[in-house]
Order: sequence, then structure tokens, then C-alpha cells
Amino acid sequence: MSTSAKSVRGLGSAGTGTQHHIRQRVTALALLFLVPWFIYSIIHACKAGYEGALTWAAQPINAILLILTVSAALYHMRLGMQVVIEDYIAKSGTKQALLILNTFAVVALATATILSVLKIWFTAGA
Amino acid sequence: MAGQGRADPRPLSPHVQIWKWHWTMAGSIFHRITGVGLYGGAFLIGAWLIALATGPEAYTFVEMIAFSLPGQILLFLWSMAVLYHLANGLRHLIWDGPMVGFAPGVASLWSMFNFAFAIIGAAVIWSLASFY
Repeated sequence: MSTSAKSVRGLGSAGTGTQHHIRQRVTALALLFLVPWFIYSIIHACKAGYEGALTWAAQPINAILLILTVSAALYHMRLGMQVVIEDYIAKSGTKQALLILNTFAVVALATATILSVLKIWFTAGA
Repeated sequence: MAGQGRADPRPLSPHVQIWKWHWTMAGSIFHRITGVGLYGGAFLIGAWLIALATGPEAYTFVEMIAFSLPGQILLFLWSMAVLYHLANGLRHLIWDGPMVGFAPGVASLWSMFNFAFAIIGAAVIWSLASFY
């Protein structure tokens, strides 16, 4: 028998678990294809030096796949780190702070990397 | 109680210290460890991309770190972590979708395969990368 005490204490289900679960898997599915491409590409790009890497990143298909990889990977790792924090950090304040920090860090990295791809794209004068 | 961080500090029955290590638990733990590692790795790989957009000086600096011995070791570990998380992630998708691979024997073998895939796969990628 459930009582209303659970809701009063605010320890009930947040009701967002299913969405989290599905998003974790949908991004995983995308990464299953994007990550092998990324590993192959980054090796080529790294071996080509500054000019070579720049030429590689400025190609439309590579720029598109880079943005998709960054988006899927960062969304996926934000969800993953959220679960890790929720599992190990019991103190409410610390947990909330780390959850917010997780979002801030990932959004900052996403913005910086996507802007980098766009800058390379526009500088190349496509 | 509302506003209190922790639940009652009740005694815990022994679990961690009597738990026997086996392949499937190692497989699960390493999925999380590599996931956390890749979280950090994403910032380092991101730094490479940001440096590429910043200019030749920034890129040379990142390149110098990446091609140094600690950088190469870190990148090798990163590649192993990616391959492990990828292989074990595919396993999670197969668990969730077709729902196969739960039989104990299969599950253990699959865990071993994923570890082998990560180690051998990383070795193959690095040797191919050094030849071409």
C-alpha cells in the first residue's frame, strides 16, 4: 500500500526514465555508425598535418558527419554521466550541483566544437 | 525527511566484499569505467578540433602533446575504451532489441569477446595507422 508520504518527501519517480532510456539508445544507434567513421577519419586527419586536417574538416561530408558525431556523442555522454552521478552521489545538494555542471560542461563543449567546425567551413570559403 | 540528504544510516548486508569477480560483472563495470573515461576523452578530442579552428600555433601545440609519449599512451587507452564501449554498447542494444545473449555461458563468452575486441582492435588500428 502506498502512502502520500513519498510524494511529500519528494522522493517519487521523476517520470522521465523512459525518455532517458530511449534517448540513450537512439544516440547509441547513431554512434554505432558515426564512431567507426570518426576513428578512421581522425587518424587520416592527424597524419595529414595542420593544412591536411583543415582541408579534411572543410569538406562538406566531413563537416556534416563531424557535427552529427559531436551532437550524438555529447548527448549520449551527458545522459550517461547523469546516471553515474545519480548512482554514486547521495547528498542532494552535491548531486544537483554535479548534474548542473554535467549539463554546462557538455553544452559548452558542444558549442565550442560545433562553432569550430562551422568556422573551418566558412573560412574555407565554400 | 524532506531536506535531508541521506536516508537512515542503516547497516548494510555484506555485498561488495563477498562478491566473486566474473566476466559479466567485469564487462558491466568496464562499460561504466570506459564511459566515464570517454567523457574526459571527449574534452581532449574536442580540444584538437578547437585548436584546428583556432590556428596553426594552437594546432602545433595540441599536436605536440598528442604525439608525445604520454599523449600516445593516452590515445591508445582512449582507442581501447572506445572499442570496448562500442562493442559492449552494441551488446546492450541487442539485449534491448532482439533480447538475445542472456544465457550465462553466452553472456560470459560475449564479455570475453568484447575485452578481446577492444585490445586486439586497438592494436590492429594502431599498427595499420603507423603503416599508412
